[in-house]
Amino acid sequence: MIALADLSLRWKIPLRVMGAVLGTALAVTAALVTREYDEMRQNLDAHGKSLARVLANTLVTPVLHDDIWRAYEILQSARDPTAIAPELQADVVLVTDADFNVFVSTRPKEFPIGSSPASRGGVYGRLRAALVKTKATEQQVIEPADSVHYFVMSPLVADGVALGHVILGYSKISFVPRFIGLVGQAAFVTLLVLVLILPFSWFWARRTGEPLVALADAMRRVPGDLEVARLADLPKSGDEIGQLGNAFRRMVGELKHKQELEDQMLVTERLAAVGRMTAGIAHEINNPLGGMLTAIKTYQRHGAGDPLANQTLSLLERGLTQIRHTVAALLVETKLQDRPFEPADIDDLLILVEAEARARSVTIVIESPLERALPLPATLLRQILLNLLLNAIAAADEGGRVRLGLGSGDGMLRFSVCNDGKHIPDEQMAYLFEPFASGREKGYGLGLWVVYQIVQQLNGGLSVDSEPGCTTFSAEIPYVEN
Amino acid sequence: MDIKHEAPAFALIIATMSKGDHLLAATRRRVFLRSALAVAAMPLLPVRAETSVLRIGLTPVFLDDQLSFLTRWRAWLERRLKRPVAFVQRGNYREVLDLVRGGKIDFAWVCGYPYVRYRHELRLVAVPLWRGRPYYQSYIIVPADDAKSNSLTDLRGKVFSYSDPDSNSGYLYPQYRLTTLGENPTTFFSRNFFTWGHRKVVEAVGVGLADGGAVDGYVWETLAETHPALTRGTRVIERSPEFGHPPFVARPDMSAIELQRFRAVLLEMSSDAEGAELLHLLRLDGFVAGQPSLFDEIRRMAARVRQI
Repeated sequence: MIALADLSLRWKIPLRVMGAVLGTALAVTAALVTREYDEMRQNLDAHGKSLARVLANTLVTPVLHDDIWRAYEILQSARDPTAIAPELQADVVLVTDADFNVFVSTRPKEFPIGSSPASRGGVYGRLRAALVKTKATEQQVIEPADSVHYFVMSPLVADGVALGHVILGYSKISFVPRFIGLVGQAAFVTLLVLVLILPFSWFWARRTGEPLVALADAMRRVPGDLEVARLADLPKSGDEIGQLGNAFRRMVGELKHKQELEDQMLVTERLAAVGRMTAGIAHEINNPLGGMLTAIKTYQRHGAGDPLANQTLSLLERGLTQIRHTVAALLVETKLQDRPFEPADIDDLLILVEAEARARSVTIVIESPLERALPLPATLLRQILLNLLLNAIAAADEGGRVRLGLGSGDGMLRFSVCNDGKHIPDEQMAYLFEPFASGREKGYGLGLWVVYQIVQQLNGGLSVDSEPGCTTFSAEIPYVEN
Repeated sequence: MDIKHEAPAFALIIATMSKGDHLLAATRRRVFLRSALAVAAMPLLPVRAETSVLRIGLTPVFLDDQLSFLTRWRAWLERRLKRPVAFVQRGNYREVLDLVRGGKIDFAWVCGYPYVRYRHELRLVAVPLWRGRPYYQSYIIVPADDAKSNSLTDLRGKVFSYSDPDSNSGYLYPQYRLTTLGENPTTFFSRNFFTWGHRKVVEAVGVGLADGGAVDGYVWETLAETHPALTRGTRVIERSPEFGHPPFVARPDMSAIELQRFRAVLLEMSSDAEGAELLHLLRLDGFVAGQPSLFDEIRRMAARVRQI
């Protein structure tokens, strides 16, 4: 039972439908056979009674005249040895007189004239008992359980006086082949109908079960494999299963959205933490660094001309200066006082990256260039765009193209830089904006970090979308019109 | 009661019964056959109506149920007599005898027993020759599976079947035989019945309806040749002495010329090719004029039986 309960709907529904179809077919067949049997019995009874009545009427005169041969001829004429329906053929016909002695029969050797069939005992004795009980003018059908015959008895009545009886004995056995034939026929028809119906039922039941199975499959993938669950082929219909499918799709969509938000927040928080730490370290380094560089300068200006010391200090100075530059690069600070960002700045940027682009035969396309100056710090914006463009040129395929799109409105500057190079692998995506996270051999890997820091400081948003053949960095930066 | 008259009524009753009754179809077929024959016979009557019809009564002293034979024989007689001939058949000897005695028919082929009884009224025309002689016997038969009974006396208390109360071989002889044995024929058997035909006696005994029966020996022997299945069910346990074969008789007022003409036709039958063929179908060899004394033995038996 448990195994059955655990069975998939894929099988359970078709099996149940099969069961219902088979059950119905069996019930209908049983009903038909029962009905046919009843009808057959009724026909037989009616036929037997009718024949018995006719014989009884016809035999009155021969019995009255004691004309045995005439009676025998009448019985013979009521027989048809070539009958098509042998069960309608009386197996034995007895005509008895008032004392239940044989007047004539169709089997004279078994029932000699003048003998009493009751003397044979058994069934015929009981027939006599049954005759005694009933009224002289009534027909009777008697079916003794222990006899191969069942009997239709009709009284021979002349002017209200019972002269005897006509007893028709029908074989129960001859009834059997007809019944078996009937059952066989019904079974054949049922089988034929089943052969026609079952494949349809099976197919239909499978179709009914399939959406539920698909839904269950999709649900099993939640929450691990949301993308597969979302793309699952769920039923699209107005019924309950369809509604369930829709609800499921909605749920998966929301889950996915939430997961994305969480991922994004995680990245933002990490970047913020890295930013805070970098700023702190930069300040701590900057303070002694300034003192050290001043000391070296002072020594160079006033110190003795010891060539080894000079050489050493010069080395220290270059190292310290490099540290200062690096720290300065990490420590992005917004200069509040700056000129507005103008269309001419784009032209300058193109000139700046031109050499690099030509070196790699990359075409730069600018879509919808800026039409007017925007109240945003030009230096910072130039740095963002320069970094992004240089990155894009480096990432683009040899002879590829880089697209720069710009647009403004509703107090928001929007721009995107797009290249047709290899896409950024997923595992790199999470650390893209962190310092020194570059996948390239060249550079420190601070470019995107700087871009991110500036956009953050300008209260903007930065996003990246990378697919094979198209990697796009987009940013939105708000500004306030004067 | 005539079985042939009642059969259509019986068919009508059965026609009211339920469908699928094969008995009905069979009965209808029989009725139809009879009607068809009647219709076929009709056109012949008006054509020959100019001359009077010679009416010949037949009884089951021979196998009178062979319709095709009767049709051929009638045609042959018509050609020979040059006048139309009609056969008249009835359910028993008595009716045919009444007809010929009353002059309703011209000739009749009857049994020797009624002939001797009405010998002063009826006129002997011809006697058939069977196996070359104008004699035949009565046979006492029992069912073939009855091995015990070897004489008529063994059938005491049994069911016995006679053919016709006016038959010599089928009634008079067994009655006479029992009488000579000192038995009372009316109480010797527990039951007896008439089948109104020799052939039917053979049937009744064959199926065991009767434990014994008396039958025309000539009919039994002919059946043994033509319908051996019927006689195979019976066994002959006694053969009577020889009696005059059932003769043709004429109505009392028959003119001598006509009687002579008819007798001549019968006597010539064996010398005619088709006549001989017809005689062969009856297993007869011909006819002779015959003498009334041929039936003296029957007369003696009848007198003896009547005394009781």
